[in-house]
Amino acid sequence: MDVKVDQVQDSIGQMCPMPIAFLARNMRKMEAGQVLEIQADDEGAHADIPAWCEQTGNEFLGEVQADGFVKYYVKKTD
Amino acid sequence: MAESKAAIIVMSGDMDKVFGALIIATGAAAAGMDTTLFFTFWGINAVQKGNRTGKGLMGKMLGLMNRGGIGRLNPSKFSFGGAGRWMFKKMMASKNVPSLEELLETATDLGVHLLVCSMSMNVMEIDREDLIDGVEDVVGVAKFVKEAAGSDIQLFI
Repeated sequence: MDVKVDQVQDSIGQMCPMPIAFLARNMRKMEAGQVLEIQADDEGAHADIPAWCEQTGNEFLGEVQADGFVKYYVKKTD
Repeated sequence: MAESKAAIIVMSGDMDKVFGALIIATGAAAAGMDTTLFFTFWGINAVQKGNRTGKGLMGKMLGLMNRGGIGRLNPSKFSFGGAGRWMFKKMMASKNVPSLEELLETATDLGVHLLVCSMSMNVMEIDREDLIDGVEDVVGVAKFVKEAAGSDIQLFI
């Protein structure tokens, strides 16, 4: 995935609801246009992160499989 | 656009149910919803420091048998006089599930409002000093009804 990442959130080993709680917290501190990469191995994250994006109006850029976890990309919109 | 809200009543003092309430509240707050948890009756245990409570004889007896504190909550089934609580805590810790204490802290950090029912607090002879610092206010039903009426998510746990 060819995207410039501004911040990486390491949520490996975290269980629901922590990946989302940290996502919300990190997004608050970021600026519009910036991209956050979330690394998570929680099964639910695969549905949670896009749902959170839809509800909050932020952009879900996609996900990439890595070794034992998934990288999700979220772009902050205004 | 009006802000979206969530209002959850926590009447149960069961560990499993309080877990559910806190996870939902955290999820809602993380999604930007203005979230309120209204603790009533047994739910008040989750926001007590764990002091001995009660003034009269019955109040004190209740305070002894129903000692507060979020770490003391028992699961609704298989409680086994306290062993069940210990087993569930162990199982959850081994899978990295956040503890109730951590969840409550995360929820408050995300701005979840903790309100306590004045009526049941009174009946059970619990004082403000017995509540944790994170509790925002002690209120009556009208406050909860107002929050719930304007909410997109309304739950009774």
